[in-house]
Amino acid sequence: MYAFDFVKPTDLKSALAALEDPEALPLSGGQTLIPTLKQRLASPSCLVSLTAIPELQGVCQSAEGLSIGAATTHAELSRAAAAAYPALARLAGQIGDPAVRHRGTIGGSLANNDPSACYPSAALASGAVMVTPRREIAAEDYFQGMFTTALEEGEILTMLRFPIPTRAAYVKFAQPASRFALVGVFVADFEGDVRVAVTGAGAEGVFRWAEAEAALAEGFDPQALTPLAPPEQEMIADLHASADYRAHLVGVMTRRAVLAAITG
Amino acid sequence: MPEVTIHVNGQSHTAEIEARTLLSTFLREDLRLTGTHIGCDTSQCGACAVHVDGVLVKSCAVLAMDVDGAAVTTIEGIAAPDGTLSPVQQAFKDHHGLQCGFCTPGMIMAATALLAETAKPSEAQVRHYLEGNLCRCTGYHNIVKAILAASGQAV
Repeated sequence: MYAFDFVKPTDLKSALAALEDPEALPLSGGQTLIPTLKQRLASPSCLVSLTAIPELQGVCQSAEGLSIGAATTHAELSRAAAAAYPALARLAGQIGDPAVRHRGTIGGSLANNDPSACYPSAALASGAVMVTPRREIAAEDYFQGMFTTALEEGEILTMLRFPIPTRAAYVKFAQPASRFALVGVFVADFEGDVRVAVTGAGAEGVFRWAEAEAALAEGFDPQALTPLAPPEQEMIADLHASADYRAHLVGVMTRRAVLAAITG
Repeated sequence: MPEVTIHVNGQSHTAEIEARTLLSTFLREDLRLTGTHIGCDTSQCGACAVHVDGVLVKSCAVLAMDVDGAAVTTIEGIAAPDGTLSPVQQAFKDHHGLQCGFCTPGMIMAATALLAETAKPSEAQVRHYLEGNLCRCTGYHNIVKAILAASGQAV
């Protein structure tokens, strides 16, 4: 790692002031950023730890759904959301491994927007709203391709608001070494308005699979999807899986997610 | 250099360190607690697992500065002060839950954390919890058996 300074503010205002330095980077759980720093792929002047700021912590439920502090860890979310939004809680409980889940945060994951991360599919399928100190961003506008989001320089996520569907499920085919999603599909049914979001597969990052959504709106049944798969030319191809294999897996994982949403 | 105070295995340690110092580096090089192993340094293998304020973390993926003031338990803090092995350690010994021993500190830390959360885990729960701990010798069978035995279940 290159040398850097480190600050750990205890209120949001101080954190934002520290992040005005264009060379500073926010540090949440660090489960991606620290390995990135070790590989010298980033050389911030200063890391601003966001884990000691009470405003960024915790999960609470209201009429609009779940409000999740951006620095809430996967482990905490998997406990706190278990009753209100079990599909989201289960997704959180399957990220990485227990040690990673104790450090990694939902805001860190969504800010990084790894094309194989689990949370982006949940945010897009749920129609979540990303809250920053400057504005609120709809999931539709937030994800802008691999590792790219609508966040501007110095802008951080403070809270995520997740509407809660009537039924939902997330199913992933884990890459066996990294445990990231080779393909992951989040299906959310809002009383007949069905949203399907796919991670790990799209060359442009997380995406909504409109064709599957239309089929499922007709009838929420895995059979409705049987002939469908997204276009191969829009899939990632790498040493882990070819584009046609990923396209096939998207169909399979979506059918499994629909079945899981039905059976609960 | 900035100063950090970390309570390790019940003892308070204050040191001046570079901000980029990993917790694993602090434990091994500053405190000479070399039971915490560095297997991969890419946060895959879990040999560096320790407890920070009671929860399992990979010490190679945490900055020492970020746990300033925290209580850290390493493998050196697991046995009783008189050397009596913890139930998990004793079970690994009894059930031959190790061969080369390199992954063992991380396995013991993970297993101890699991049993603190779930007193009597199923075999599936044990295997799920160990996803972040790699062993290249044993095939995990005896490790899983040892953890089930440590929880007081028949194996």
